[in-house]
Amino acid sequence: MTALAEGAVPEVGHARWRREDAHLLTGQTRWTDNITLPGMLHLSILRSPVAHATITKVDVSAARGRPGVVAAFSGADLAGDWGPLPMAWTVSEDQKSPPHFPLTADKVRFVGDGVAVVAATSREAAVDALEAIEFEFETLPVVIDMDAATTEGSALVHDDVPANRCFTWQESHGDYAAAKDRAEVVLRRRFINQRLIPTAMEPRSVVVQPSPATGEYTMWSSTQVPHFVQIFISLTAGVPQSSLRVIAPDVGGGFGSKLDVYAEEAIGVVLAKKLGVPVKWTETRSENYQATIHGRDLIQDAEIAATRDGTVLGLKVDLIVNMGGYLQLLTPCIPLLGRYMYPGIYKFEAHDLSCTGVFTNTTPTDAYRGAGRPEATYVIERIMDELANELRMGPLELRRKNWIQHDEFPYTTVCGLEYDTGDYEKATARATELLGYDELRREQQERRDRNDPVQIGIGVSTYTEMCGLAPSRWLGREGYIAGGWEAATVRVLPLGKVEVVTGTSPHGQGHETTFAQITADALGVPFDDVVVVHGDTRTAPLGLDTYGSRSLAVGGIAIHQACEKIVEKARALAAHQLECDPSDLEFSAGTFTVRGSPESSKAIQELAFASFVAHDLPDGANPILTADAVLDPETFSFPHGTHLAHVEVDTETGAVALKKYVAVDDVGKVVNPSVVEGQVHGGVTQGIAQALFEGAVYDAEGNLVTGTMVDYLVPSAADLPSFTTDRTETPSTTNPLGVKGVGEAGTIASTPAVVNAVVDALRPRGVNDVEMPCTPLHVWQAMEAAKGEPR
Amino acid sequence: MARISVSVDGIRHEDDVEPRVLLVHYLRDRAGKVGTVVGCDTTNCGACTVLMDGMSVKSCSVLAVQADGAEITTVEGLAGDDGALHPVQQAFHECHALQCGFCTPGMLMAAVDLLSNNPDPSEQEIREGLEGNLCRCTGYHNIVRAVAQAAKAGGPEAAASREEVPA
Repeated sequence: MTALAEGAVPEVGHARWRREDAHLLTGQTRWTDNITLPGMLHLSILRSPVAHATITKVDVSAARGRPGVVAAFSGADLAGDWGPLPMAWTVSEDQKSPPHFPLTADKVRFVGDGVAVVAATSREAAVDALEAIEFEFETLPVVIDMDAATTEGSALVHDDVPANRCFTWQESHGDYAAAKDRAEVVLRRRFINQRLIPTAMEPRSVVVQPSPATGEYTMWSSTQVPHFVQIFISLTAGVPQSSLRVIAPDVGGGFGSKLDVYAEEAIGVVLAKKLGVPVKWTETRSENYQATIHGRDLIQDAEIAATRDGTVLGLKVDLIVNMGGYLQLLTPCIPLLGRYMYPGIYKFEAHDLSCTGVFTNTTPTDAYRGAGRPEATYVIERIMDELANELRMGPLELRRKNWIQHDEFPYTTVCGLEYDTGDYEKATARATELLGYDELRREQQERRDRNDPVQIGIGVSTYTEMCGLAPSRWLGREGYIAGGWEAATVRVLPLGKVEVVTGTSPHGQGHETTFAQITADALGVPFDDVVVVHGDTRTAPLGLDTYGSRSLAVGGIAIHQACEKIVEKARALAAHQLECDPSDLEFSAGTFTVRGSPESSKAIQELAFASFVAHDLPDGANPILTADAVLDPETFSFPHGTHLAHVEVDTETGAVALKKYVAVDDVGKVVNPSVVEGQVHGGVTQGIAQALFEGAVYDAEGNLVTGTMVDYLVPSAADLPSFTTDRTETPSTTNPLGVKGVGEAGTIASTPAVVNAVVDALRPRGVNDVEMPCTPLHVWQAMEAAKGEPR
Repeated sequence: MARISVSVDGIRHEDDVEPRVLLVHYLRDRAGKVGTVVGCDTTNCGACTVLMDGMSVKSCSVLAVQADGAEITTVEGLAGDDGALHPVQQAFHECHALQCGFCTPGMLMAAVDLLSNNPDPSEQEIREGLEGNLCRCTGYHNIVRAVAQAAKAGGPEAAASREEVPA
């Protein structure tokens, strides 16, 4: 649908400066931790200092006597006030989902597990009082290593979960055994996809204001998912859904870590209920590292079967995945969300996959930017490089031979997903041009020839991903308890301004700008006349929030559909007023004009007033130009792209320097190019961080060694280069705007690109893998291990 | 309790504070300056950066009592009296140098200080100058661009004039 005047510049495609910026740039922000309410108490939580123990005593009475302390409770004290926290995805019949309470009462299962809470008149008083709690326990053997966890005789994280196996999963597509029989080359690799800490810059924070007279609660939470929180905390804390209003005000990043329903949200409601006053809890960064979910953490055994000419026949992948000490909202499904992506962009006939989820005495894992898809892409893009090396082929040559050609779309992969569109040739051609690929290969050879201590590596990643989560029927089949639709309401207010209500919940993505752009085009109204409302279950009651690169591809399309309904409603009114048939009206630049009579016209913004006063509507028409749309997507969207990394590896120190990074992405039609580029930059950086810098480390006793930003290396500006980005544009055919989504693409693509580059630099030394993160230590260890190995 | 007198964004405050109170908590809890935020507890992230007598400091590593007699400029005092954005703020806006915006207050203040010390920094100097401020959204690409653009727009002179906030 186009509502634009001839020659008018569409909003969609315009790199508008964001309207979100004004208050963020001037400090007029609405972070949850900024909220102070009359009589508000501050909460602080006592967390376990040990990874695994039976609780023998939690006595909070001394804490209750501390200055400023109003109340203190142990997990046992509150056991009757709440149910377990939600776990929303059952992946298999054998899945064990032990209950997970907001505060534990019997055992602690990771360092950071909450055991008691103090409410006091100041943050300082609450923190000080934690010292007065008598917490005694008997330590138990600690389960950290996943391989050891599943062997006979291992200690158990949960007594009723034998061998710490949360679930096992097995699936086959095609006949892998037959493919392997025909293969001339079978290559096996073990990849370690290390644990990461999402590290949204804003720590989590929760404020709950009770209204004891009415039994209503208002919660502000630093969350990606206010609608989830409303439903699930209503169940956990025993408050009617209609009595719990959840507001996500300004939210400082999420990356999946705020796509969850957390203990502290339940604790906040239960304490506000018990005490009858507002309460606030804000985590410290150390708490964030212990008690907010982690990401990744899986062992990936992969086997690829091919013929000598480089035709891939099949892929077999066995995963062991760390669940941590409990299941959070989506913990078990994360590796399986990625399982369709192991074949990547390639055509082959057979794919086997197994997956075992394992409990350990560590912080629970859950969705971290990409959620299963980066892990899958890492395996296929790494092993394609290994296969290319084995076959003495170039990494691009092998990929070209196996990828889906642009004229083969739509293409159904070995996993049964239909990719609608793509042009891998075009994206790759552009990326190699931007890198100066051939020239760099020559320079690499020169350095190799002269045995330069600083070697060049070039890494390739030709990724795709599935996003726009997700068709509700598909989610139901996969074992998820909710759906994947998205809702929108568009209203043209009586005085002509337009209000768009979305069920998505942005936290940095810029929806207030981009969704206004979509609306402006669809209704033919000025961008400045559109406001976007979100993130509050009272004002945006229907929605499934923001994650999985879904906001545009699902939520944006819902807005577009609501706009179409508005136009049709307005058309009927315009026809009534202009005394013509609706089909005689043309709609352009927000105005209906009688075909052939340009003087007979009505602007949609003036029709809004007529619709509001409703003095003269067509028979049977309802007043007010408002429309709702709920969109349940029929399928996913499939962004893709080619990313190239140029690194230098100092073979004398093991230091890796990322010299250049080229990202050419195809995310379909682009609403706001600068927002899209920003998403690519940030996504790429998080993937590079996994490749080069970050890794959460536990010692054998279950202490999080990387428990602060001192030890967990979030890269700074000084650690990174500027990026070279470009796009190809192959519109999606599965939605009317042709959009695909971009939130996770960069993260999915960049990790294998960078590791492939590091390994490429060290190939002449016989290195065929470097453990992530590729720190000087890991690079050095890989070089030492490869000494004497033939290339 | 210790008595302190501190100017925050041009307003003089006299307060009794516990000696252990950090400047950032004083700013947020007592002076009402919640535009300045706390992102870590180890002085790594820089989200709490403010100017103290014109120099950038991480306000989580300054005690409120150390700010006695000082002039503090927070992100809330950066724009002109007429509401016009500071050149660094304007450049951040135009270059899409912020997404969630949580690191932005600190990043802006660090950038203002960087430009007042080095009016014409190279890309590498910008990157090293902002090393103490972490951003999780932007990959720094557009932040670096914004600082370079602000430098071209005469950022340091403008910054210097605005630092002379009357007490």
